[in-house]
Amino acid sequence: MAKMNMLHAINSALDITMNEHPQACIFGEDVGYFGGVFRATSGLQEKYGKHRVFNTPLTEQGILGFANGLAAFGAPALAEIQFADYIFPAFDQIVNESAKFRYRSGNEFNVGNLTIRTPYGGGIAGGLYHSQSPEAYFAHTPGLKLVVPRNPYQAKGLLRACIKDDNPVIFFEPKRLYRASVGEVPEEDYTIEIGKAEVVKTGSDVTLLAWGAQMEIIEQAAAKAEEAGISCEVIDLRSILPWDVDTVAKSVVKTGRLIVSHEAPITNGFGAEIAATIQQECFLHLESPIARVCGLDTPYPLALEKEYVPDALKVFAAIKKSVEF
Amino acid sequence: MTNPNNISLNISHALKFIDSHALDIPMLTILGDNGEVLDGAQAPDIDKETAQRLYETMRFIRLLDERMQAAQRQGRVSFYMQCLGEEAAITASAAALKQDDMIMAQYREQAAIAYRGFTLEQFMNQLFSNEKDLGKGRQMPVHYGSKELHYLTISSPLGTQIPQATGYAYGQKLKHIDKETGKLDSEIDNVTICYFGEGAASEGDFHAGLNMAAVHEAPVIFFARNNGYAISTPADEQFKGDGIASRGVGYGIKTIRVDGADALAVFAATQAARKIAVENGEPVLIESIAYRLGAHSTSDDPSGYRSKEEEAAFKANCPIERFRKWLLKQGWLDEKEDEAAKDKIREDILAAVKVAEKVQKPALEELVSDVYDTPIPALQKQYEELKEHIKQHPDAYPVTAGRIK
Ligand SMILES: Cc1ncc(C[n+]2csc(CCOP(=O)(O)OP(=O)(O)O)c2C)c(N)n1
Repeated sequence: MAKMNMLHAINSALDITMNEHPQACIFGEDVGYFGGVFRATSGLQEKYGKHRVFNTPLTEQGILGFANGLAAFGAPALAEIQFADYIFPAFDQIVNESAKFRYRSGNEFNVGNLTIRTPYGGGIAGGLYHSQSPEAYFAHTPGLKLVVPRNPYQAKGLLRACIKDDNPVIFFEPKRLYRASVGEVPEEDYTIEIGKAEVVKTGSDVTLLAWGAQMEIIEQAAAKAEEAGISCEVIDLRSILPWDVDTVAKSVVKTGRLIVSHEAPITNGFGAEIAATIQQECFLHLESPIARVCGLDTPYPLALEKEYVPDALKVFAAIKKSVEF
Repeated sequence: MTNPNNISLNISHALKFIDSHALDIPMLTILGDNGEVLDGAQAPDIDKETAQRLYETMRFIRLLDERMQAAQRQGRVSFYMQCLGEEAAITASAAALKQDDMIMAQYREQAAIAYRGFTLEQFMNQLFSNEKDLGKGRQMPVHYGSKELHYLTISSPLGTQIPQATGYAYGQKLKHIDKETGKLDSEIDNVTICYFGEGAASEGDFHAGLNMAAVHEAPVIFFARNNGYAISTPADEQFKGDGIASRGVGYGIKTIRVDGADALAVFAATQAARKIAVENGEPVLIESIAYRLGAHSTSDDPSGYRSKEEEAAFKANCPIERFRKWLLKQGWLDEKEDEAAKDKIREDILAAVKVAEKVQKPALEELVSDVYDTPIPALQKQYEELKEHIKQHPDAYPVTAGRIK
């Protein structure tokens, strides 16, 4: 084991992949010699050469189109989109192409070798265009998988699983935690199963559910609730598509209450899908309405970020409301 | 014979491929290093007042950039971007336009809005995202915009303004199209200038925007700032072929390449481009060749990807100094007054920083205004709930709590 921050953990997962497959390529804006604006790919060009780790021209559409082609050829394509906010120029390549390659060709072709890494989320004073959480747009697309880690250990194991998975996967990296989150990470290879949520803390009164950077917030809220004598079960969804209905439902059957929290706007955020499904699965066990503590239905602001984001206090208020219902 | 392919059909029997550099695009340069007009070159038609304002804007921006870069280091602003090395390219192009021509910029063009008259106070309010910011504190520092000054508010996603500029310019032309004949009934009175980096020129939006402008003949001036780098990516990893200029030619757009550190060359080229745009109602592409002397932004460290020697080689070529020498030769500048003015500007900037950082942040209602013309019911409800929450926990939201009605 070694102490690593999330960037090191991601770098380690990429390094293992590059070693493992002689045709694996890492590409995106500034990822080459410089190692990416966040330095997640540091040192990899020196190690694997300019043919396999390279800067692309500044075109997300080009990056993903290229990645689809490379993956269709059979090489592991490890594409980086510099900020999740800038994934939209590549939307067509991802939603219409990556997601449908296998289906439309009757499995003659597929891009299972594609992994898209992209930093998402707020908390870095980035305003509208350096803070978005666009997971819900992609969660509406059959054929994709979506994964979000919450700490360095998860990041390495989940990223390795995404790369090995035989489907196109988008790996959303919580950029606020890149350096802030440090933990023990094995230097050797390991994977964490995609599609499995993790019960981070067990409890009996209410289930709190989140992913990525928002996990820290619901854990803080859970601690506050404990002080007030409310026992929280805390779950990290980890994988948004597919998502682990069983683990969440089992917990809600036990606690009778569910609070989902994400940074993205509440309307049609992924929380809506969770609330609808859990309501169906656990209807007779629910003691209070499923609550969502999310971003407002506005673009992500700059000056009033504190007011906008779902913080521990807002989650705690929702917990109280739920148990007092 | 009609030619549905719309190309020149010169038949050849030689199996010959054309190299991209076969175009051999020259770079217009007018000013020498010592402020002299070079042999064979001709100074553009620029009056004293315009030349002085151009110079004062460049000098102001240099001082503002220096001060705000330092302010970021001190933690007073969260982020900043300089235009070091490109002051002449940006200011002289803006100076060659009419005050009410539209400007659509990328983000490194603060000199263009300064030339238009954006005040020091307005700069500061945006940089400090306070309640007086025209953009209501919603975007990161340097995302300026002003309707009054015909400067479209900056959007961070690269290249998005390029096809928008085509559309806007098309609107400007449409005003002058005769309903009966379908022809221009007068000279177009306004054009749009669209600035972007050589990096942004790789985006799909660039191709879409230029092609649309060419085919639909929109009076837009595309101003490509080829400054050698897109963050850490050098131009030779950005494109092959002869710069951005060769692509203008490819799209059927009249194109010129200029020395971006030469204010007179940029002014002359933009003046001529504007003339083509208003008279013919068609687009023009200008490629400015300069060097991004500073870091990409305050979040970037160029020592990680380029050498001090390389930077030093370009540092010698200061666009402001070059133009200053020309002004002195013209007798349009007094050196002593110029020095004194610099000190005064520095003081003014410092004072403006101190004022702006004390102005309060936008009120809570600005969080939900302007998403739509009026907040839709769901948003209104979210706002009411948020207000209630903040009222109950005022200490946790000190920026807005005290001001909630
Ligand atoms: C669509 C999109 N992708 C990525 C970015 C991140 N980004 C911001 S500036 C920049 C480099 C731009 O370089 P260039 O266009 O050459 O302009 P310069 O900074 O050199 O003036 C990048 C990659 C962005 N803002 N928008």
